[in-house]
Amino acid sequence: MPLRHLIPLIALLVILTAPLPGQAQQTAPANDRSATGGATTLEDILARQKGLSVDDSYRSEALGSPDLAAPNSDALGTLGGISQSEDWRALRYNKADVTASAKGPAADVLIQDEGMVWLAFRKGPLRTYGGWLLLGTMGLLALFYLIRGKIRIDGALTGRKVLRFPPIERFSHWLLAGSFILLGVTGLVQLFGRFFIIPFIGREAFSPVAIAGKWVHNNVAWAFMVGLVLVTVLWIAHNIPNRHDLKWLAVGGGLFSKGVHPPAKKFNAGQKLIFWAVIVLGLSISATGVSLLFPFELPMFASTFETLNTLGLPQALGFGELTVNFAPHVEMQLALTWHSIVAFLFMAIILAHIYLGSVGMQGAFDAMGSGEVDEQWAKEHHGLWLEEVKQLSAGKSPSKPTE
Amino acid sequence: MKSMYIAFLAVAVIAVLANFGLDYAGFSASERTSGPSVRLD
Ligand code: HEM
Repeated sequence: MPLRHLIPLIALLVILTAPLPGQAQQTAPANDRSATGGATTLEDILARQKGLSVDDSYRSEALGSPDLAAPNSDALGTLGGISQSEDWRALRYNKADVTASAKGPAADVLIQDEGMVWLAFRKGPLRTYGGWLLLGTMGLLALFYLIRGKIRIDGALTGRKVLRFPPIERFSHWLLAGSFILLGVTGLVQLFGRFFIIPFIGREAFSPVAIAGKWVHNNVAWAFMVGLVLVTVLWIAHNIPNRHDLKWLAVGGGLFSKGVHPPAKKFNAGQKLIFWAVIVLGLSISATGVSLLFPFELPMFASTFETLNTLGLPQALGFGELTVNFAPHVEMQLALTWHSIVAFLFMAIILAHIYLGSVGMQGAFDAMGSGEVDEQWAKEHHGLWLEEVKQLSAGKSPSKPTE
Repeated sequence: MKSMYIAFLAVAVIAVLANFGLDYAGFSASERTSGPSVRLD
């Protein structure tokens, strides 16, 4: 099954980023079309099926002309020299002189070929692989729970609380998390609704759900971006890698074995990985999201491809030079494709995060809930940070030592 | 937990502000993409 589904993805990449004419793809030999009166021949079709590039100027340029019209006195004279198939070809190759009452750079492109590839990708591999990625992640987490169980606090609780996240940090976290969950759910509804919701509740009932979901997705995005900025500003200093991280990673953070507690400051290496993933994926998803919110006004892929071409990256990977002058729709389709791939990765990572922050680890939720954790929890998971906090509070109120 | 509830409320407030703000600034889909000869309401 899977390989078949990969084909549209590869086709999408190849078509949307196809090398400029003259490179790579083999060209079909010139063809005599006199037998068909200039129309597509069997050879053309066979060549296309073999994957050769067929010069289709015999179609794209056969658009008729008023000058060729038969005189009015003829039977067909009133047709004006352009047949309907020629009209459609002009639309198909975006050569028709279209006047539209709608505005925007894309309003007068009536047929856009690459759109089909994008549609097939969205209907096929994106849903299939994206869906399985999320289900697979949940399966792995369930398996982890079955094998390892809840990560418990090994020592006895002290009953003494220490403040882990002050209100502003908790607020920022939940602004980011609340908006992320809404965006994830409404995004998935847009992508999978046709398959998984319409069959159960019908089109009539799904319509308001989809419209509300779109409203939420478009507008809650701003809260996510505000949350992302706040979290970055508040926590970036604590997420610079240090020498403890390697030790932490070497023992898998003690996640897989009882009684193992590598020292860590405010954030351990695993959390730093989550933090940086949130920043990088968050920026990427925000940039493409804003580009989609203001259709055609903030294209970013052509310029990105141009930069990549200058760096020589696609050439080094054997893709040849990437196309940089594509239809406005292609910008949107690339943005949506990237936006959704990033979203799936992001959601998979966050599922693991949510698991560890709630049912997966005893005492973890308190850090973001009340903001306070038991000293024993802090000692086991963030020993160095606890020492810092204690020293700080000891320094502040020397008359009341904490130990 | 208060910070969490306030944050969730803030999500809703920001979303509503964004919606009306963009509409007010002339960024509604109808204003951006339709012409004078298209009547939407
Ligand atoms: C119901 C959902 C969520 C729960 C229960 C949750 C829980 C937590 C907890 C308990 C912490 C503190 C861990 C500690 O004390 O060291 C934390 C930290 C953090 N959370 Fe969440 N979280 C959720 C959703 C999210 C989402 C959706 C994002 C981002 C999109 C996110 C990003 C972060 C980041 C960057 C940190 C700091 C680094 C880290 O601890 O990994 N969280 N979360």
